[in-house]
Amino acid sequence: MGDIIKAKSWVQIYQVVLPAGKRAPQVPDDTKKVPLELKVKGFLKEDAKMKDNVEIKTVTNRTLKGKLIEVNPSYEHKFGKMIPELLRIGSQIREIIKEEV
Amino acid sequence: MAANDYQSVMARKNEIMKKAVGIDYDRFAQGELGFDYEKMMSEVGYDLQEIIKIQKETAVGNTPFIELKNITKLARKFAPKGKGARIFLKDEAANPSGSFKARRASISVYHAEKEGYPGVVAATSGNYGAAVASQAVMKNLETIIVQEVFDSRGVGQPEILEKGRKCEAYGAEVLQLSVGPELFYTFLRVLEDTGYFNASLYTPYGIAGVETLGYEIDKELKERENKSPDAVIITHAGGGNLTGTARGLIKADAQQTEIIAASVDLSGLHMASDHDFNRKSFTTGHTGFGVPFATRPDRADVPRNAARALRYMDQYVTVKQGEVFYITEALAQIEGIERGPAGNTSLAAAFDLAQKMDQDQIIVVQETEYTGAGKHPMAQLNFAKENGIVVKNGDPDQEEAGKSVIIPEHPSQIKTRPIDLDKLKLSYLNKVIEETKVKEIKEIDLKFLADEINKSKQETEKILKEEFSLSVVGG
Repeated sequence: MGDIIKAKSWVQIYQVVLPAGKRAPQVPDDTKKVPLELKVKGFLKEDAKMKDNVEIKTVTNRTLKGKLIEVNPSYEHKFGKMIPELLRIGSQIREIIKEEV
Repeated sequence: MAANDYQSVMARKNEIMKKAVGIDYDRFAQGELGFDYEKMMSEVGYDLQEIIKIQKETAVGNTPFIELKNITKLARKFAPKGKGARIFLKDEAANPSGSFKARRASISVYHAEKEGYPGVVAATSGNYGAAVASQAVMKNLETIIVQEVFDSRGVGQPEILEKGRKCEAYGAEVLQLSVGPELFYTFLRVLEDTGYFNASLYTPYGIAGVETLGYEIDKELKERENKSPDAVIITHAGGGNLTGTARGLIKADAQQTEIIAASVDLSGLHMASDHDFNRKSFTTGHTGFGVPFATRPDRADVPRNAARALRYMDQYVTVKQGEVFYITEALAQIEGIERGPAGNTSLAAAFDLAQKMDQDQIIVVQETEYTGAGKHPMAQLNFAKENGIVVKNGDPDQEEAGKSVIIPEHPSQIKTRPIDLDKLKLSYLNKVIEETKVKEIKEIDLKFLADEINKSKQETEKILKEEFSLSVVGG
């Protein structure tokens, strides 16, 4: 028994748009083997649990159906660790432009 | 109710598109294989003065125009005596949504509002989505963006994730899809479902909106230096940036300016491959779009693409991913301008090309784009490392797309590699001839093909005869 997620929560849902066998004829073989998947965010219409099939209202007021996969979905992209291969560039080029010809 | 499987929806493509862009493309049909491009641009588009007015109202354009004195100085260190053109930069990141795409979106959104559409839809993983959303909120229209974001492991490109976030920041609904060209199928279904306007990148509105960029560059340079640019270098993917800028330069009467396209070399990677998707560090401005869109422009989401880069390109060069990351770092470190990598593709190329031009010449890099978490050399290189790509300092010539990103050890290693334009032109002709199955070429079609490949009618006739055994008939 998972926790109840309240109606009007901001959530993300998941759908399979085209299953593996029904993909466009021109896609490469590795892509053909996997489904075309969709994720979209919106406000949950009714109380539900994770992985339930639910309806959401998107910000453009459309109703979409799908499997509930996240509540308050996060943005996880970041800068990350320093890249040593870039570190030297600044001092290197500042030195070069200071050199007299 | 109409069937919604892939084949059925694709079969309704033309009907859906006609409603969603309000353009009857059949009106411009001409001859056996072509269409009247200029007629399409003038009848459907808005003229330059109207566009300048429309863009002013939503804070688009009139971006800073900056001479990159330190980068020029650096380039001259490696140039032969008397060589090393001055490099100027149009800081398009200063547009409301952070890229030149605001120009492209502004006219589509203006038109959608004028025609009474309740909202706009765009299929894009790039800066264009944010541009459409930003322009649309100013006009109180709804926006839906359809994006190709993640592979079958659910892993998304950081650059695309950031662009999706930005769309949502402007109140857009973002449909995030896994890898595959059927994005277009989802896009069609959304158009059918909503009755919104197709803010395609490739309508005459999208292209006409970029003309102000070329026009501004020429006008500002004439004011400051009393001349037109000797060369303008343009990051090339779908062709709209190049086409619009070149048309704007022509409208400013800068007929002599050389138009140079630059793309990141991603040869060897398949754009629709689930496996290859996260093995590239650039999601736009690369050869995976640049070459196919140049040689077959009508692959776009409208029947006749208004972006026709081969008509305007004088030269096409590629640079390596590692070189673009290097120049992005250089732009921040010696010019004090931190911008996103993809938009700096043309800057990397300009750095080398300037060294071959005379010191009194001017080369203009015509865009920058915003940067931030995800859309930054650090984010993109960390992502590359996580996906098994070797990132190291070395000779960028050794870089292999999908296997390595090689950051130059020294700025003198930044080099452009030419793409044979004549080969692309042949490939363009080959595709047209294959698709239309023409057996002979009429005079009106010869004129169209000559314009398409930017050659004289005589030269085109010769190629058709020698390469395709096709002769021109009639008068």
